[in-house]
Amino acid sequence: MKLQEYRSKEILARYGVPLQAGQIALTPGQARAAAREMGGRVVVKAQVLAGGRGKAGGVRVAADPDEAEKHARQILGMQIKGSTVRTLLVAPAVEIAHEYYLAMILDRAAKAITVIASAEGGVEIEETAKTGPEAILRLPLHPLIGLQEHEVRRVGYFLGIPSELRKEFASVMRGLYRAFVESDADLAEINPLAVTAGGALLALDAKIVLDESGLYRHPELEGLRDLAEEEPSEIAAREAGINFIKLDGTIGCMVNGAGLAMTTMDLVKLAGGEPANFLDIGGGAKAERVAAAFHIILDDPNVKAILVNIFGGITRGDEVAHGIVEARASLSRQIPMVVRIVGTNAEAAQPILAQAKLITADSLDDAAARAVAAAAGSPA
Amino acid sequence: MSILITSATRLLVQGITGREGEFHSRAMLAYGTDVVAGVTPGKGGQRALDDRVPVFNTVAEAIAETGANASCIFVPAPFAPDAMLEAASAGIPLIFCITEGIPALDMVRVYHVLREAGVRLIGPNCPGATTVGEAKVGIIPGNIHRSGPVGLVSRSGTLTYEVVQALTDAGLGQTTCVGIGGDPIVGSSFIEILELLNRDPATEAIVMIGEIGGDEEEKAAAFIAREVRKPMAAFIAGRTAPPGRRMGHAGAIISGDAGTAESKRSALEAAGVHVADSPSHIPRLLREAGVR
Repeated sequence: MKLQEYRSKEILARYGVPLQAGQIALTPGQARAAAREMGGRVVVKAQVLAGGRGKAGGVRVAADPDEAEKHARQILGMQIKGSTVRTLLVAPAVEIAHEYYLAMILDRAAKAITVIASAEGGVEIEETAKTGPEAILRLPLHPLIGLQEHEVRRVGYFLGIPSELRKEFASVMRGLYRAFVESDADLAEINPLAVTAGGALLALDAKIVLDESGLYRHPELEGLRDLAEEEPSEIAAREAGINFIKLDGTIGCMVNGAGLAMTTMDLVKLAGGEPANFLDIGGGAKAERVAAAFHIILDDPNVKAILVNIFGGITRGDEVAHGIVEARASLSRQIPMVVRIVGTNAEAAQPILAQAKLITADSLDDAAARAVAAAAGSPA
Repeated sequence: MSILITSATRLLVQGITGREGEFHSRAMLAYGTDVVAGVTPGKGGQRALDDRVPVFNTVAEAIAETGANASCIFVPAPFAPDAMLEAASAGIPLIFCITEGIPALDMVRVYHVLREAGVRLIGPNCPGATTVGEAKVGIIPGNIHRSGPVGLVSRSGTLTYEVVQALTDAGLGQTTCVGIGGDPIVGSSFIEILELLNRDPATEAIVMIGEIGGDEEEKAAAFIAREVRKPMAAFIAGRTAPPGRRMGHAGAIISGDAGTAESKRSALEAAGVHVADSPSHIPRLLREAGVR
């Protein structure tokens, strides 16, 4: 779960990380008011989850409230990598003396939280990794003890933090670490961590990505999810316990298991079609979840055929077959449906499907081909 | 021969009285797995699965009474890390964790504690393993297997069944099939299972099933090029997955150029592995490589 800059900063502020304070503005008028209150130059920043906001023109400095209002009018409603800008962050502009990059990530290879640091902040770390990988420090933290003082010092020396700022830097590191651990993050990034012309250390931008699996212990963080940037169908799917990602094709896919769901999409493509979605109904799915999945798939007007591929293990084939037949009766529009059910209780599923006169298939390749043909309007 | 589990495996099931734990313990017993004990705190003294399996409050008691030497975990995500640590501290050397949705930071701790203790962990968020004709642990349907020379290792669940079924239908039986799990942090890597299959004299050919995200397949390819001389076929799921979106498994995400299906396919092909476009092509690729 990706958090917006201003949400990420809210979390970091709770852990004592010094931040460029700011105000949220939803209208040009609010941006003007915020700028007047702050006085002096301000920066107006688009709040979208995509990277590259600056390059897209979504971050602009304003000399006065008039200019802040003008920038806000231009940025609000702007499309940045497919997301519409609905929210702005207005903050006092800062004279920057130096910019660092500082992040912690969940490192799959090291099986630890790893610090990533670079003295070349303000640019995307992927860029630095290409141009000068030696300028990046990757330091896995002790997996059982956590962040220690010698690790803090090592990062500080690597970055060349001025001696008068070492204490402040240590407190940023500790705050970032505590924020990461206590909110079950996958990523917590400060870029840039700036030294201002006045000699203060300040987080100018921040990005936190939370581990969805950890959210059950932080119900308060669920409220930070930005629903405006999600597909309504993806929100409905999550509420139904379904893994769903909307795509642009015409063949709706309903599959159990993420790997098999991706494979089903791949085979639809191989058969000459385009998948309309990734959909994993999860383990042990029953009739209600199957029905919910159908409604979500059919909400997409591009969908011309549905391919159901269930390989029963923890999921039982007959329960899914019942769910399909029940759901089909209540669907808003009738489109061709190719159903393949194998594995646990598959034998019991076959008569149910046969009675409902659904198109069935034995192999996955065959099912994909039939679905592609059905979507194209040919008899399957 | 086989790897990880055999007919000598004495299996303990943590969470045996839950819905999934009970359903799949029954299937394991039916397959011939020696399910010797269950553990559910608070239900010690009861018997599960129609009176066939004793239930204990703790793993330590279960080991003392039954000599259990492997554990399969079905307990819900908030309690699964503790269940793994309990099994390890009681001296279980081999743990399969089926549970999905365990927070990654919990797995950071569990992974390192289990390593330190010399415990082998498969999973979490995995389907388990089957040694064909001897024992199955986890949720892989038993009836899709047949006995033969192919070893299999996979990051997926149901996709593993798909491939096993395709092998069986083509008359290519299996030695041991292992699902290592789709989470960012899992107990055993592709390389560790490939090492075991490579050393197993009964395994004459190896199938590897990967998916987008991370670089475990690329690392495995380097290992294969160096060590494996047995014929190998592979499939990588997610060629059509869009970048930046997490495809169900917490591990399955393409970021930038890293973790794409193409990068994994070309690494494996360079290591001499035959990479299939569809799971159903795997049997043919193995036949062409001389597997009988």
